[in-house]
Amino acid sequence: MKIFKLDRESVRRGMWLALVMMVAFSETRELRAQLAIRAGVLHTMAGEPIPDGVVLVRGRTIEAVGKAGSLVIPEGYRVIRARVATPGLIDAHSAVGLSGMLNQSHDQEQLERSAPVQPELRAFDGYNARDPLIDWVRSLGVTTLHTGHAPGALVSGQTMIVKTHPANVDRAIVNPAAMIASTLGPGALAGEGGKSPGTVAKAVAMVRAELIKASEYARKRAGADPDKRPARDLKLEALTRVLDGTQPLLISVDRHQDILAALRVAAEFKLKVVLDGVADAVLVLEAIKASGFPVIVHPTMARASAQRENLSWETAARLKEAGIPFALQSSFEGYVPKTRVVLFEAAAAAANGLSFHDALASITIDAATLLGVAHRVGSLEVGKDADIALYDGDPFEYTSHCVGVVVSGVVTDQDPK
Amino acid sequence: MTLAATGQERAVAFRGATIVPITGPVIEDGVIVVRAGRIQSVGGPGTAIPGDAEVHDARGKLIMPGLIDTHSHVDIDGGADRSGPIQAGVRILDAINVRGSGMQQAQAGGITTANIMPGSGHLISGQTLYIKLRDANSVEQLMVTNRFGRIAGGLKMANGTNSRRDPPFPGTRAKSAALVREKFIAAREYRDKIERAGGNPEKMPARDLLLESLVEVLNRERVVHHHTHRHDDILTVLRLQREFGFRVVLQHVSEGWKVADEIAEANVPCSIILLDSPGGKLEARDVDWKTGGVLERAGVPTAFHTDDPVTDSRLFLRSAAFAVRAGMSRKAALEGLTLVPARMLDLEDRLGSLEVGKDADFIVLSGDPLSVYTKVLETWVEGVLVFDRNRDKDHLWATGGYGAGRPRAAQLCCFNEFEEDR
Repeated sequence: MKIFKLDRESVRRGMWLALVMMVAFSETRELRAQLAIRAGVLHTMAGEPIPDGVVLVRGRTIEAVGKAGSLVIPEGYRVIRARVATPGLIDAHSAVGLSGMLNQSHDQEQLERSAPVQPELRAFDGYNARDPLIDWVRSLGVTTLHTGHAPGALVSGQTMIVKTHPANVDRAIVNPAAMIASTLGPGALAGEGGKSPGTVAKAVAMVRAELIKASEYARKRAGADPDKRPARDLKLEALTRVLDGTQPLLISVDRHQDILAALRVAAEFKLKVVLDGVADAVLVLEAIKASGFPVIVHPTMARASAQRENLSWETAARLKEAGIPFALQSSFEGYVPKTRVVLFEAAAAAANGLSFHDALASITIDAATLLGVAHRVGSLEVGKDADIALYDGDPFEYTSHCVGVVVSGVVTDQDPK
Repeated sequence: MTLAATGQERAVAFRGATIVPITGPVIEDGVIVVRAGRIQSVGGPGTAIPGDAEVHDARGKLIMPGLIDTHSHVDIDGGADRSGPIQAGVRILDAINVRGSGMQQAQAGGITTANIMPGSGHLISGQTLYIKLRDANSVEQLMVTNRFGRIAGGLKMANGTNSRRDPPFPGTRAKSAALVREKFIAAREYRDKIERAGGNPEKMPARDLLLESLVEVLNRERVVHHHTHRHDDILTVLRLQREFGFRVVLQHVSEGWKVADEIAEANVPCSIILLDSPGGKLEARDVDWKTGGVLERAGVPTAFHTDDPVTDSRLFLRSAAFAVRAGMSRKAALEGLTLVPARMLDLEDRLGSLEVGKDADFIVLSGDPLSVYTKVLETWVEGVLVFDRNRDKDHLWATGGYGAGRPRAAQLCCFNEFEEDR
């Protein structure tokens, strides 16, 4: 990293880091033995399901995928059998890791309320890789999380994409700065006391003003004379990345009028947007489709309250019919249960109009594509990360169990859940 | 309400169904006949169908008793207020919105009877109400009369952290128990005074709504539904129960798996909730899907509840399925949705199984009750079809969509209530 200056303090820290890494890697090398997964049905999500399929894992990645018999399991590979295997599941939007299981103030890092616009906050600075909820979702097959600050502030921070293996955040990270999270509509209002935004229209005006400011900042920072450049500003720097499309703007928005407002702002600034939640999607399907933006749709079984009063268990199916790319999410929960699980949300979508394949895709390959990480996760293909979930039956059935999870080549879970 | 009239006068019969009576073996290609709100006959393909019956072809479908939710908060507008921790005189029946969408969704979930409770923010937050999920204009039309001729309902109590607040609420668990004991002792003395008065109005104590309710509890006529999570709190409930001899259902029992033998020994039933993840509050940190199986193996009668809105009434079957996933038997799980809760509400002579003479409360499912893919197709309460997934309006309640959160909006935007029902 360029900012790494070789002063004494840094050298000392560097040595510590090296030591920690050595310990960590020597631990995982044992766990990450060469592995063969043999499944009655292998859903690779890169082609038709393979009956009696095999996945060979070497180190962190997938070495080979094929049908038992034609693909020989080499000597010395540890064989794990299951009725069904799928790619490790991907939760396309979560607050797990920031919104801790206990729901006490010390483990709630999902929202900073000191100001309405704070894109400089980075999820990975608040992520607790050892929160029990990470273990929980992983034990049901989730191997990748797109997580970060929860909806509730106008611009709440930068999301990250992370693996769920039990490690520190720096080793689990896939993309430390995936998107910039924002919320439009009643959910982002400051509430009492004359603070802004107090209305939805004011919220939109504030976002527009900040984007204009960021665009001015970018222009001045690019100026030829270093003395005339403005001082670095983390907030405007982050918004600059929204303007140039480096980081998509994730807009959590539910009501139809707020969805249209989001699209209006996106068109004005030519933003790259991912729509999130979108309870009223079916009322404005054509506008969403015309925008070309993908949707991370609300959890199928989310509570229909406040701005989500119109949500439907059939929204995912309607998006599919309309040809709008989408993925499913667990979203954020403030009370009990503290998180949803995308496996169950996809199951409910499959029971409400979506095909089995499309429902599974919404938490594997389609989620990976939407998040820009399909080169690493989302399907079982040679060279991709060895992230695999094993089940003893239809993964969506209530009474099936997740019987094994592999994350980056490490077998993390084997007790049926 | 013409449908109600039909349900009372003309027989309705289903044939070809897989029938799960709960109290007997599963019947394939079965017949069930209902008339005047009651079950007239249940049996195999040879069962006689009255000539006047409206006959439904239920081939490929499954019929089981209507589900009984032992703990729900649908469409209530608060119970007790913040003035004190013990308010046994407050009735939840005075705060129920019978036109709420929650009732509609409960019907869509196959629930035909529910215990509507005030919240858990008090040691005693008030009297609960057992309702039948009929289509109603007033709460009176939802009520059930119990064997003492009174409105059927229990008493909601809670311990642990929810009922801990600033004074006059308790600040600790020991104080919580002391406050409850004081009140039950006062209720005993009140009851004794009434007995000693021997009908003499001069000697009667002044009527006290709070103590009256607790006397019903002491007399074992009103069942306590006790919110409790942690293992030590569960044991505290059992201690109070021993001291005062009341009948109690342990509600939630998140850590019930840790003290299953103690619960079994106390001969106390449990009602459990199954959640997508543990936590959300400290006391629910150790909540576990395995509780149902552990309690079953310990011999504890175990039912389920939605705690709606904590879980959704439309997904009530899922709770039983998750219990099976974690080791409960299928038989116990299906009983836990029907017959076991019927006993908890003292309504087992009318509800909980498909038997001749019982209320015609049943649901028609598209398949296995424990499968994610199964839909509740129809919900019948006392021979009246209250939910039919084929009706657009009912489909809206079942899946959600524009207007589903606001019944009034739903009616204005999409449907004409009057035309449809007549």
